[in-house]
Amino acid sequence: MTVAGLAFYAFSIVGVVAALMVTLSRNPVHSVLWLILTFLSAAGLMVLLGAEFVAMLLIIVYVGAVAVLFLFVVMMLDVDFAELKSEMVKYMPLGLLVAVVILIQLGFGLGAWATSEGAMGLRQAVTPDAAQVENTKALGLLMYDKYLYLFQMSGLILLVAMIGAIVLTLRHRKDIKRQNVMHQMWRDPAKALEMIDVKPGQGL
Amino acid sequence: MKGNGDMGFFETTLGMAVLMVLQSVLIVGFVMISLLFLVYGDRKIWAAVQMRRGPNVVGPWGVLQSVADALKFILKEIVVPAGADRPVYFLAPMLSFVLAVIAWAVIPFNDGWVLANVNVAILFVFAASSLEVYGVIMGGWASNSKYPFLGSLRSAAQMISYEVSLGLIIIGIILSTGSMNFGNIVAAQDTSYGLFGWYWLPHLPMVVLFFISALAETNRPPFDLPEAESELVAGFMVEYSSTPYLLFMAGEYIAIWLMCALLSILFFGGWLSPIPGIPDGFGWLFAKMVAWFFMFAMVKAIVPRYRYDQLMRIGWKVFLPLSLGWVVLIAFLAKFEILGAFWARYTMGG
Repeated sequence: MTVAGLAFYAFSIVGVVAALMVTLSRNPVHSVLWLILTFLSAAGLMVLLGAEFVAMLLIIVYVGAVAVLFLFVVMMLDVDFAELKSEMVKYMPLGLLVAVVILIQLGFGLGAWATSEGAMGLRQAVTPDAAQVENTKALGLLMYDKYLYLFQMSGLILLVAMIGAIVLTLRHRKDIKRQNVMHQMWRDPAKALEMIDVKPGQGL
Repeated sequence: MKGNGDMGFFETTLGMAVLMVLQSVLIVGFVMISLLFLVYGDRKIWAAVQMRRGPNVVGPWGVLQSVADALKFILKEIVVPAGADRPVYFLAPMLSFVLAVIAWAVIPFNDGWVLANVNVAILFVFAASSLEVYGVIMGGWASNSKYPFLGSLRSAAQMISYEVSLGLIIIGIILSTGSMNFGNIVAAQDTSYGLFGWYWLPHLPMVVLFFISALAETNRPPFDLPEAESELVAGFMVEYSSTPYLLFMAGEYIAIWLMCALLSILFFGGWLSPIPGIPDGFGWLFAKMVAWFFMFAMVKAIVPRYRYDQLMRIGWKVFLPLSLGWVVLIAFLAKFEILGAFWARYTMGG
């Protein structure tokens, strides 16, 4: 077996086991840590595929930022998980119902699966040699030249979502003191300070 | 190396593996040995600014103080808090040490002296340093204690905030170079003007921003709020002792050393010599890294600690708009080749 083959099996086995542990571990913080390991092994697989740019982005965005926020939220939770588990019997039928409905929908979806001829042709097109076309360059050409409008549109949608989240959570409190940094930096020391020579025994 | 009888072994899989291990050991050795003297130098510089003597007992001028400290850390007993989450508690310091070392795999020390010459080297370093926050969060949470937890929360918010501006500053460099490979970035700074051809001149405001962001990213003073001793005792490290603590400290100093290397490579021409005609070499890179470390140590000695809300304000309201605006500006300057190849180094060819 080659080194790449060994690495493939190592990454896939670690990825699958870690994904299992995400759902199996009892402690939610451990779950998130396993999830991070899953992301990392997925990134390893992408490196093996020659998609090093996507792999690094996966690590930077998902592991470095998104999973940190997950961890943040989960660490702050003060939920008694034993209590939640004891109510499992109560919610089991409802959960099963949802699962069955989703399964049926998936079945319908996959049954009616069709691909356009153009997509088939694209899939069978010869990929350029990874040694000649840099990952970053190829992706950039696709995103900024070919699909520029779609890219800009998704950026706008994300911007709307961001503004929405900020508007929902922003509240201005009037009853707390705030520091105006510019105002403070332009303060004149001569006006703010007064030197008083206090005589001993007299006070002010 | 083809055709050379002695090098035949290194062409086989086993030989390449042996070569890889040897190179890794060499790099880790370089980092660890410089670490010993960095900690010593940090304390000496700090002491000199405060008109103290600093460490001066172990070895001549106290040079071996760090060795004594390291031995002390290793030989002491490991105390684990009763309520700690043991696997995560021990994983945290290992993670922060390993991740700090891992990023050195793509750092070139001289023309072609690099362990892994990958195209996305900058992204790799960036990914490794964005993962370092996990050591801090996990350590703070697993200690099951209030001060460490507060410290880790602060640190997580701080490191994520400053990563954003670090990334944007790096994008400016990438735009100028047209490549994410460190070798290409240094090659793009190799002009006939010596030190005036390096990126610090076209990217001057960003050098300052990068340095300050690097201070915040590595939790150095004046941004050492995760471990501010007047508020949080020692932040996320409160419950750590002995070797795990040593790993945390070593990870922190290796991250600082890495930032020195990044500053030297991205803005100060890496191994290029400042004056045309003098040969380039590893010595130049090392000298630049040491000079930057001196700056790190001086900042620690001179600047008072920031307040936490001020730190976040600077990160999000000052650095982020500035670096974002700089990226847009550089994109225009490079695209329309204002001042020729000053910003658009990729037009020089090579």
